[in-house]
Amino acid sequence: MGGAPVTAAPSAATVPPITEDPAPAGRGRRPRLGGRFAGGASSRWFPYALVFPLALILFGYVVQPMFATFAESVGVDGVANYTEFLRGEGVARSSLLTSLGISAASVLLCGIVGVAMAFLLKRFQFPGRRLIEAIILVPAALPPLIGAISFQLLYSETGILPRGLQQLFGTESPVLPFTGIAGVLVVHTFTMYPFFYLAASAALAGMDPSVEEAAYNLGAGRVRVWRTVLLPMLTPALVSASLLVFMTSLASYTAPLLFGVDRTMTMQIYINRTNGDLPMASTYASVLAVVSILFLLAMRWYEGRRSYRSQSKGIAAHRREITNPFGKWAALAASILATVVLLAPVGTIALVAFSADGSWTTEVIPSAYTGQNFVTIFSDPRAFQPILNSLQMSLIATVGCVVVGVLIAYAVRRLDFRGRALLDVAVMLAWALPGTVVAINLISAFSTGNVFSFGQVLIGTFWIMPLAYFVRFLPLVFRSSSATLAQIDPSLEEAARNLGASWWRAFGTVTLRLMVPGVAAGALLAFVNGVGEFVASVLIYTSQTAPISVEINNRMYSFEVGTAAAYGMLQVVLIFVVMVISGRLQSGRSASREAAKWTA
Amino acid sequence: MIDVTLESVSKRFARTGDTAAVDDVDISIAAGEFFTLLGPSGCGKTTTLRMVAGFYFPTSGRIRFGTEDVTRRPPNKRDTGMVFQNYALFPHMSVAQNVAYGLKIRRVGRAESRRRVEEALGQVHLAGYGERRIDQLSGGQQQRVALARALVIRPRTLLLDEPLSNLDAKLREETRTEIRRIQKESGNTAIYVTHDQAEAMAMSDRIAVMESGRVQQIGAPQEIYHRPANAFVARFIGRSNVLSLPVTAVTDETVTVGLPDGAETAVAAPVGHGLRAGEAALVSVRPEHIGLTSTTEPGALPGRITELEFTGMATNLVVDVAGEPVQVAAIDVPAGIAVGDQIGLRLNRERMWVVHP
Ligand SMILES: Nc1ncnc2c1ncn2[C@@H]1O[C@H](COP(=O)(O)OP(=O)(O)OP(=O)(O)O)[C@@H](O)[C@H]1O
Ligand SMILES: [Mg+2]
Repeated sequence: MGGAPVTAAPSAATVPPITEDPAPAGRGRRPRLGGRFAGGASSRWFPYALVFPLALILFGYVVQPMFATFAESVGVDGVANYTEFLRGEGVARSSLLTSLGISAASVLLCGIVGVAMAFLLKRFQFPGRRLIEAIILVPAALPPLIGAISFQLLYSETGILPRGLQQLFGTESPVLPFTGIAGVLVVHTFTMYPFFYLAASAALAGMDPSVEEAAYNLGAGRVRVWRTVLLPMLTPALVSASLLVFMTSLASYTAPLLFGVDRTMTMQIYINRTNGDLPMASTYASVLAVVSILFLLAMRWYEGRRSYRSQSKGIAAHRREITNPFGKWAALAASILATVVLLAPVGTIALVAFSADGSWTTEVIPSAYTGQNFVTIFSDPRAFQPILNSLQMSLIATVGCVVVGVLIAYAVRRLDFRGRALLDVAVMLAWALPGTVVAINLISAFSTGNVFSFGQVLIGTFWIMPLAYFVRFLPLVFRSSSATLAQIDPSLEEAARNLGASWWRAFGTVTLRLMVPGVAAGALLAFVNGVGEFVASVLIYTSQTAPISVEINNRMYSFEVGTAAAYGMLQVVLIFVVMVISGRLQSGRSASREAAKWTA
Repeated sequence: MIDVTLESVSKRFARTGDTAAVDDVDISIAAGEFFTLLGPSGCGKTTTLRMVAGFYFPTSGRIRFGTEDVTRRPPNKRDTGMVFQNYALFPHMSVAQNVAYGLKIRRVGRAESRRRVEEALGQVHLAGYGERRIDQLSGGQQQRVALARALVIRPRTLLLDEPLSNLDAKLREETRTEIRRIQKESGNTAIYVTHDQAEAMAMSDRIAVMESGRVQQIGAPQEIYHRPANAFVARFIGRSNVLSLPVTAVTDETVTVGLPDGAETAVAAPVGHGLRAGEAALVSVRPEHIGLTSTTEPGALPGRITELEFTGMATNLVVDVAGEPVQVAAIDVPAGIAVGDQIGLRLNRERMWVVHP
């Protein structure tokens, strides 16, 4: 607008415009520093004051240890260790290729199982559907070691199923045993298909059924609708799930350990470390870290792109009844089979937990049963110590995860500062790094004292364990905090500030208070994962700090399978208790989401 | 007494770079005044209000409360009571706890606090709702809780950011009289943000019309309506016709312009209009200040009806006068007129007004 806008304010005092940057409030009345921080969250300094210690923690315990590992890998023989990966018949090269191959195969298998399950359960109505939906995540909820052990007990050469079939058919050797890489793939498929199942179900739920109907209406046949409508719309979910499964398989350690597949990256890290060749272990760890980070970046890049989301809410696609009588029976049989297969791992652990140690040799299932395993665990202080260790170390780590995770989530979601994306990436880095790599990183960084360990050597002490758990499970708390924070309207905090609350008070009485259910869910998850942790622990524990999973592994080695399973059973019980509590929190959260919907 | 002053306030957001969300705004608001920021979406109303509340700091310029410079004072030290567009009620607190939040921070004693909460809830006609959960209230009730929460701390300035935008039409009108009543009773200064001009007209002592981050005009509702400062204000408020007409003669307070039919008329103009004979003047004529008549009547502007829309109280027409579409809102419409008819327009020359471009 040109001309001369008439500012007809009757009482407007004409004041010469002030163009220089205004000084902070309170100059002359308050000390300058106080003036700077008085602005709280809205002061220009505040974000940096809050973020600096957080960034320091992430640098000190996630990033710097990674560099320490790299330094270790080139410290003695320069790049010689890396050239191992280029030699045609070397262990290094074949381990890398085997790891990549197992991961690719896992993606394929999990994809087929997960997507098929999602379609069957979300699109069809058949007897037993609800039960299967309720238990579908059970195998994946097991701690990694217990999961792998249960599959070993079920499907390996000495497993229940092959031996059962052997007896049934009276053959010479066990029937259809899974060994080596095949065994690893079975474990991966059963424990990782939920990535695909969850992604595909969410995509199916978010998909407007009328889009599909429109395609049929336009004359497309069923195959064509699949090819041209459903698959393209599922693609973003499937790509994300593929990347996740690939990363998780690459990081998998317990399955190769139990099925004796030595030539994988994680196993080589373990073997070299236990043989005392830390530089070579570090080399494997560095290569694995680089691959994992590439996948993390690929995932972030992919998720940053637009995904297909239907515009309208619509109603969920109605499920098709299976009407054909043959189909009905087949569906019923299949759901019974699925239920058995899904519950078999937990069932096996429960069964073996009550078997007498050493009594199970060549029988299909253990022959002698006893409650003694549990009695031993709870009455023998030496047997109980691992449980105490796990609870204590996991609790310490969880407290750290909550404090740091919540604040990082707040900073990333709510504050505007330079380097915000970097902070976000640093947390996710901790998530992307395999547990074995985290352990090697900590070993490299804290075998000697440094600034971040206050000059102390941490390896061989108690503190390295909770530190490892903290690094591994911080992203869990960060993610759930960040997700809850996204549900909370920022103007709530502003309203509190407007009513006179300082930043700390507004944060404490409003934002943090509303975050509680989400943070608690994340904290429980971190705690449970800490109690079940095996992968990093096995590389850094000492005889005083052995956690439950390491104890289980040791008992398995000394053929005390019953006691090992009893420990596992306790972990499983803890997980189920926590799942129930989480479910409660979840419903509480949905109530507050309901409230948010009302106020928005 | 001046309560709130904005002196050459500008705000540039780091991410949007050069364009200023608020550009060199000068406003001074008297104590007890009900002052409205009015303008189309994205013109910088919210940004201005948030700078007064302390959620943003200006890139340049000063904000004063009375004589105190509060430009960089944090929001919790400003003593303003803000009613958020989405209410921003704390979902984990009851109605009474929401209202008492600010009192608790001010360390008001429990008995006193309870009394004031009751009083504030009474003011917004929600007495007895104290124990309700927020999600058990309707949208209008939530809006009133937000108002009570802002009022109860007796802020020096009440800030309202489109507080009625989530309500249905009837509730809007009820609530706006309510807000005005409560503001008068409490004697607070109020700064109100809206893009609804009827709301602004009905409630305000004075209105600042904003566009693209700049203040276009500040004045009382009548002034803004009848004496718009420029073509934007004229068109934005009441969809005025702005006709470009040749100037034949000028005085300090009038401009004589030629009408399309060749007749001439003197039109009131702002002092210092700076127009000279031979130039073109922009003349604002409101749709309701145009009457319909026959083409034969002397002094009538002939035109052809191109659009016709019956809205109940009035009939809105668009009449093509020598190629210029002219909006007309007529209460009395000759029977049987239809699109395509020739019709005469009778401009109310007293109500015409010269505006700046
Ligand atoms: N935090 C921000 N970062 C960058 N740009 C912003 C930010 N907030 C507002 N803007 C920009 O500043 C301009 C003014 O925004 P503002 O919210 O003040 O508009 P408004 O007049 O309140 O509009 P509405 O009526 O739609 O609420 C807009 O162009 C907007 O995009
Ligand atoms: Mg706004």
